[in-house]
Amino acid sequence: MTRLYGPKAWAALGALAVVLFVVVPVFSLAVPAGSPFHLSQYWVTLIGKIMCYAVVAIAMDLIWGYTGILSLGQGLFFALGGYALGMYLMRQIGREGQYQSELPDFMVFLDWKELPWHWWNTDQFWWAALLVILVPGLLALVFGYFAFRSRVKGVYFSIITQALTFAAMLLFFRNDTGFGGNNGFTDFKRLLGYSVTAHETRVTLFAVTGLLLIGTLLLGRWIVKSKLGRVLVAIRDAETRAAFCGYNTLHYKLFIFTLAAVICGIAGALYVPQAGIINPGEMSPANSIEIAIWVAVGGRGTLTGAIVGAGLVNFAKSLFTVWFPEYWLYFLGLLFILVTLFLPQGIVGLLRGRREAAA
Amino acid sequence: MRRLILNLTLALFAAGKAHALDAAAVAKLAFGESDERIAAIGILVGSGDPLAPVLLKALVDGELQAAGERVLIIRGEEAIDAATGAKVSPLPAEREDVIANNRLRAAAGSALASLQLLAADRTARLEAARALSGSLSAATVPLVRSALAAERDGEIRALLAMSLATIDLASEDRATRLAAIRMLGESSNAAAKPLLIAAAKDRDPEVSTAAKLSLIEVEGRLKWAELGGLLFTGVSLGSILLLAALGLAITYGLMGVINMAHGELIMIGAYTTYVVQNAFRQFDLFEWYPVAAVPAAFTMSAIVGMLLERGVIRWLYGRPLETLLATWGISLILIQGTRTVFGAQNVPVENPAWMSGGIAMAANLVLPWNRIAIIAFAAAVLVLIWLLLNRTRMGLFVRGVTQNREMASCVGVPTARIDTLAFGLGAGIAGLAGCAMSQFGNVGPDLGQGYIVDSFMVVVFGGVGQLAGTVYAALVLGFANKFLEASSGAVIAKIVVLVFIIVFIQRRPQGLFALKGRAA
Repeated sequence: MTRLYGPKAWAALGALAVVLFVVVPVFSLAVPAGSPFHLSQYWVTLIGKIMCYAVVAIAMDLIWGYTGILSLGQGLFFALGGYALGMYLMRQIGREGQYQSELPDFMVFLDWKELPWHWWNTDQFWWAALLVILVPGLLALVFGYFAFRSRVKGVYFSIITQALTFAAMLLFFRNDTGFGGNNGFTDFKRLLGYSVTAHETRVTLFAVTGLLLIGTLLLGRWIVKSKLGRVLVAIRDAETRAAFCGYNTLHYKLFIFTLAAVICGIAGALYVPQAGIINPGEMSPANSIEIAIWVAVGGRGTLTGAIVGAGLVNFAKSLFTVWFPEYWLYFLGLLFILVTLFLPQGIVGLLRGRREAAA
Repeated sequence: MRRLILNLTLALFAAGKAHALDAAAVAKLAFGESDERIAAIGILVGSGDPLAPVLLKALVDGELQAAGERVLIIRGEEAIDAATGAKVSPLPAEREDVIANNRLRAAAGSALASLQLLAADRTARLEAARALSGSLSAATVPLVRSALAAERDGEIRALLAMSLATIDLASEDRATRLAAIRMLGESSNAAAKPLLIAAAKDRDPEVSTAAKLSLIEVEGRLKWAELGGLLFTGVSLGSILLLAALGLAITYGLMGVINMAHGELIMIGAYTTYVVQNAFRQFDLFEWYPVAAVPAAFTMSAIVGMLLERGVIRWLYGRPLETLLATWGISLILIQGTRTVFGAQNVPVENPAWMSGGIAMAANLVLPWNRIAIIAFAAAVLVLIWLLLNRTRMGLFVRGVTQNREMASCVGVPTARIDTLAFGLGAGIAGLAGCAMSQFGNVGPDLGQGYIVDSFMVVVFGGVGQLAGTVYAALVLGFANKFLEASSGAVIAKIVVLVFIIVFIQRRPQGLFALKGRAA
């Protein structure tokens, strides 16, 4: 088996793991709140959410950076995963809602008497967890099968995935769809019996997200280093030639597209309890395009670049929205233009190029 | 009507002649119980005396006062006796307002309107008939009935018959009810339907059957009007989609540039219209602003488009995914820029007067002028583009560059300049679309976002590389949207159409009208 990383990279990854699983929990739980070293819940949650985005970015890098498929539907898969776990979280509220009913508040508000069919068994965590994986995965599998089979590619694929996301957003905005309309799900109380707002739960969610991030990175690295990864790059660079070499490109593309959707779904499921809300706004086409710019900023086809890009852009977003919200769109817009014009390799690509030039 | 009554009053003042109204009725109107007062209105109107409308108008306007037993119509410092029409001066010192409650006011208003039914001017009669529909009071029924007998105009007759039938359906007399039902059966007014449905529950079996039969007739007639309306809104939506998509058909369809900022070029056109409108209002030329707004919107969007092509897009030719991301960035900046300059709220763009109102095809089918104007506008733009692409030298160059860039360049076509001009043309057409959309929709920074998915769908559905496909696709999607909307609601309609296109593209990736042979 090929080695995934060199010793230096393994060391860096180990250091990251120590920070995520030891340093952060200690500084936020063991250090008292008054101390200057205390890590407040705000920061734990913010970094946790950004790590969810980074996982999505890795998935995007796998399909776009390595396979050359620019899907503008990743935000949809992310939101579907979020909604699947959100259903469980809504059921866990129990009778503590505004209307003291077994049904979620918005259903009482709509005067519904019983749960709609798609809420079946959602009070069971295992079923919700299964939905988190199955719903985005199956949608991607079916949609991808038809799209790739009829050789829809390039910009066409981008546009129809965007249309799919748009249609789904409209669907989820309807009250009758049974997902809370434009308010979505919020006011969560418990996850597996633990309070979602408790600091300990937040730190645990943070650690689980960190585990997912490292796991996704290693999985991605393993894929791109394997023969499978080579075929994916071949499809990106010359799909027809790869097909003539005897590879059924449909299967490869379908596999990576479905895998990316599942990863996005899991990231969405971890995002929702940390953010405390999920609504159809997450499915807006703008969100999905933003994922592409995270990857582009960090550097396509590098995996670590995806993490760097997602981290930088989202950190910048939090800073902008606090200090000068009206300039955020200018900044993001310029980022889109400048990165595509002047930084086609992204930050990681640029650094790597420097290093190779120096060597 | 106000002027007519004023004239009447002046004439009375001038003549100072004694007209005589029924003094008892006047007294009842001013001092009686609620029901007596309404009955008094009927008596006064029935008298046919020219003083009656003046009195009723004064009642509605609160210009009626009582001084002891006398009822006075007050006009500033002067007054006339309501019963005799004689001038009263000086004004008696002790006066009290005659209060009219809403019911009385409505009855007096409807009585006044029914008097207008006898006017010589058709518009005055039509207006009166409209005012009466739904507010007819029993007091004025005889007058309306005689007016209907004398009326020759079909539209006014229909309105009056409708109003009378509403009253007659509640009548005790079986024959009257039957006659009313028969009358309603001949109408094509949607308001007849609920009346007939109510009448179908009549205890009398004959009346009930007659009502059911009439209902079927009316429903049949309504259905045609409804279908007509649906077709019209379908064409209207199609023309809007066409305008939004025509620019894309050039930039994306012909040039292969995927421009996510296309919607924002539409928005720029709409905002340009807004600015031109404000400028024209300053100079009191408001009615004429579309004349300048159309070229201004085209120019403004075309300039922005050409700047984009020169500054950003030309560096990304051949890299469509990068173009998509960069133009998305441009669209974000344009949206935020608009917010900074004009504010995040929608800005008001008003129709000039000649574009408001509409043609009434039937009682439930009115074709608004602004929609008709936009359909005509879309057709005109389409013809112009077709001529430009197929009958001019520049069009020839554009087609040449599209088909074979190297060869076109070899024979001396300045390809880079043609790219800029063609992109400018596509952007300018987006500006025209924005100008048209400002006439019926909200103009705000997010205007373009709503159209970007739709217009790409039109181009993709129609097939890349030609205009005919875009036209058919726009109309088909317009109809599909409206017909589905009628049966299942707007959101579901939109979702069904999107899903249909997604499936369709997978069946026919080249779109509805794929180019055949080597060109494809």
